Amino acid sequence: EEKRAGPASTLYCADGDDSLYPIAVLIDELRNEDVQLRLNSIKKLSTIALALGVERTRTELLPFLTDTIYDEDEVLLALAEQLGNFTMLVGGPEYVHCLLPPLESLATVEETVVRDKAVESLRKISQEHSPVDLEVHFEPLVKRLASGDWFTSRTSACGLFSVCYPRVSSTVKAEIRQHFRTLCSDDTPMVRRAAASKLGEFAKVLELDYVKSDIISLFTALASDEQDSVRLLAVEACVSIATLLPQEDLETLVMPTLRQAAEDKSWRVRYMVADKFSELQKAVGPEITKNDLVPAFQNLLKDCEAEVRAAAANKVKGKRLNIMLPFIRLIQYTNQHVKSALASVIMGLSTILGKDNTIEHLLPLFLAQLKDECPEVRLNIISNLDCVNEVIGIRQLSQSLLPAIVELAEDAKWRVRLAIIEYMPLLAGQLGVEFFDEKLNTLCMAWLIDHVYAIREAATCNLMKLVEKFGAEWAQNTIVPKVLGMANDPNYLHRMTTLFCINALSEACGQEITTKQMLPVVLKMSNDQVANVRFNVAKSLQKIGPVLDNNALQTEVKPVLEKLASDQDMDVKYFAQEAISVLPLA
Amino acid sequence: MKCFSRYLPYLFRPPSTILSSTCHTEADIISTVEFNSSGELLATGDKGGRVVVFQREQESKSQSQRRGEYNVYSTFQSHEPEFDYLKSLEIEEKINKIKWLPQQNAAYFLLSTNDKTVKLWKISERDKRPEGYNLKDEDGRIRDPSTITSLRVPVLQPMDLMVEATARRVFSNAHTYHINSISVNSDHQTYISTDDLQVNLWNLEITNRSFNIVDIKPANMEELTEVITSAEFHPQQCHTFAYSSSKGSIRLCDMRQAALCDRHCKYFEEPEDPSTRSFFSEIISSISDVKFSHNGRYLMTRDYLTVKVWDLQMENKPLETYQVHDYLRGKLCSLYENDCIFDKFECVWNGSDSVIMTGSYNNFFRMFDRNTKRDVTLEASRENSKPRAILKPRKVCIGGKRRKDEISVDSLDFSKKILHTTWHPHENIIAVAATNNLYIFQDKVN
Repeated sequence: EEKRAGPASTLYCADGDDSLYPIAVLIDELRNEDVQLRLNSIKKLSTIALALGVERTRTELLPFLTDTIYDEDEVLLALAEQLGNFTMLVGGPEYVHCLLPPLESLATVEETVVRDKAVESLRKISQEHSPVDLEVHFEPLVKRLASGDWFTSRTSACGLFSVCYPRVSSTVKAEIRQHFRTLCSDDTPMVRRAAASKLGEFAKVLELDYVKSDIISLFTALASDEQDSVRLLAVEACVSIATLLPQEDLETLVMPTLRQAAEDKSWRVRYMVADKFSELQKAVGPEITKNDLVPAFQNLLKDCEAEVRAAAANKVKGKRLNIMLPFIRLIQYTNQHVKSALASVIMGLSTILGKDNTIEHLLPLFLAQLKDECPEVRLNIISNLDCVNEVIGIRQLSQSLLPAIVELAEDAKWRVRLAIIEYMPLLAGQLGVEFFDEKLNTLCMAWLIDHVYAIREAATCNLMKLVEKFGAEWAQNTIVPKVLGMANDPNYLHRMTTLFCINALSEACGQEITTKQMLPVVLKMSNDQVANVRFNVAKSLQKIGPVLDNNALQTEVKPVLEKLASDQDMDVKYFAQEAISVLPLA
Repeated sequence: MKCFSRYLPYLFRPPSTILSSTCHTEADIISTVEFNSSGELLATGDKGGRVVVFQREQESKSQSQRRGEYNVYSTFQSHEPEFDYLKSLEIEEKINKIKWLPQQNAAYFLLSTNDKTVKLWKISERDKRPEGYNLKDEDGRIRDPSTITSLRVPVLQPMDLMVEATARRVFSNAHTYHINSISVNSDHQTYISTDDLQVNLWNLEITNRSFNIVDIKPANMEELTEVITSAEFHPQQCHTFAYSSSKGSIRLCDMRQAALCDRHCKYFEEPEDPSTRSFFSEIISSISDVKFSHNGRYLMTRDYLTVKVWDLQMENKPLETYQVHDYLRGKLCSLYENDCIFDKFECVWNGSDSVIMTGSYNNFFRMFDRNTKRDVTLEASRENSKPRAILKPRKVCIGGKRRKDEISVDSLDFSKKILHTTWHPHENIIAVAATNNLYIFQDKVN
């Protein structure tokens, strides 16, 4: 029974029959009712195989695993992964083909992640096949999958062509190309999508002549498939295909299809073009970019579908800005979603444009966006201020920034307030302590008495970060008095905020301020009439205890905690006792 | 109607009602019925949240004149009753719709939905069982660890066929109102779920995110004049879907145009005839079901009294209108009082889109041949469910003089309604749900 306790973690040790026990447990647990135990056993499959030896692994374990495809996804996923590293355990490359049957059955399950993992492992072990074994064992498997009845097996086949193609004879090569062609025009869109997504990868291993003859026609066909879910994947393939072709062929072989995709009836296809724009641009080279892609891109920025415009706006960075700027200006008159996408990248442009251009072209935009009616747009600008700060300095913006911040700080939606609080430390750092004290300090204090708890909590955390930034002395002069003042507030929630602030600030403020200024306030609050305040006093004492010296702990903290430990309220007692047991009071 | 007057009826009952056919509970009432794409399987859902899958028996050579019957293949509890604590609402377990997925491997997959949650079920077979343990002997007794001197790898042995149903995905938390329909896209990747005000688009593999593509909820709920009653994807064009409304109109949307399909690309509506206008006009024009024909050229809609076939190229009026039970026009007042006027009848096409079928009251269901323009009323009942008996057409008489074999409007039983029917995709086999009974009829061989 003792041995049973951690069977799986016990390492196999070859001497003595007794050491078989842990392996026996692992094997039995391959079909335990508990999925965690099965998973555990599968993850230790190499241990089992090692104990069985290569012969029994091949003749007994693998046949059993081949039929184990009924299991939960996570078990199958683990199995598919394990089998990719199993070559040595079945006897080395000579026997690697024994791993094909279980992986083949895993490549037909309905769960995409499992299938993909099985394909990944198959690709891995294909490299360990000798050229002969590849043709005798591996390639027939690919063919079986490619002509399978169910589309799950045909989709899996798509990912295997590119690994066997380079290593087989030219007759087999011709067959593989034929199989790929067939799958590209499969009846089910699932298979056509799988073929389209592997088109680029397959093109890379093909001879250039076949790329021009076979791949281009497949690419053209997939790019004009009746289903837009297939067409959009062809756009992806376009990137790899364009990289393979010599510049002079691009115009005739790729560009007509790409142009058509950029003007596709379906917004999802155009979205894909916008989204892959940077990659496409790189693949087709500067000349075609200038003549073809830039005008297409400009159209995408003006697209009637907001999702497309947003994707294009996200790619503005790194474009020729003199061409883009008019369009960026245009965007400010479009919908919220796009503006907000643009706001999140526009700040990044300043580093590319340099100081003068930023001031001339971008500053007006920043300022306009800071006044945008949509809080998300304003937030996106503020959250990226650091980029601008590096180039032109934040002073240029501060006059416009302030009203925007104040407005967001008082926004009716608490999530907006929460977002701006999170940027406070960043803003404070860039605007400097003077500006902060003058304009923003009041805001930070106001948040402490917000009616939403999440805001009060964030405000507390914000104070801590500010103290870390500006130092203890600043805290002592500006923040601590205000915080401690709230201890006398008639609202018990505000009194508790004092305690939460002390919890957050004590460490940053150091021993002296904590002992001399904060501790007396906390101790005084132990007489509060509200039990919630009293048990938070106990919690606070536990929290700030490590900052205090032993004398203060023994003479001041201990008596108060002992008093609280006999409080009539159950929760107060509990937290007081907890604090006593945690702090070194004895 | 020649080809439909000769039916060979079989009668199936859900397993739980076999014990007693006279007393059935509310939970046994069948709420949806659906053939899969090959017609080999037939699924029903009931008010108790159960799904029963029937499988067609393989044709045996010795009984070549009898085609395979449908037998119970798998029964499982798809949905359980739940309680929404935030809204203090009970969520019924009733299965509103079942849709089969295209077959992707040896297992079968279906989507089932109640008012709020769609689930993806896998129905698979197992005929092998691993045998042989290391730590137990053949009789299941624990072996003494010291006696284990060699390792045994389990061996798979054949066993009796076992059919398992497992919930593979649960798509929840996307609907504020009640889901009335689900429809799988021809791209095999996505499906839509529709409630009174919204249509949501899901990826079959992703449960934590769906895209709202139609939202007709007005800013002020008091301005609400119309709800969505049903929605379906086009059978071939993956970007087209149609949804029907309580005002009797159908909107066709193109998902290529925009991410949000608030603007339709086609709007089908028949102008109202002012001469027949009454208090009930709006209620009876509400569409309870919309179905694309298999070839994708037509739309069929069912309202309270009629079935209409629309050509996708003609938006201003239906191509064909069939009266289902026009004799009820004079009884709308009492049908309003007993709530029957709000019954949601479904409608189906046959495999070649030449015949349509829909239900009525008194366990009657109707078929309309679009080519010959002939129609027939049939009855799903125990009396004529003797094997190999032929269904007799029924007639309802309106006037005072009742001929033999006719039934008068006043003696129709409105508690016996046929709301859900389905037609085999390739053959003349139909399944008709009549409260807690499922009737499967097929046309006579030879």
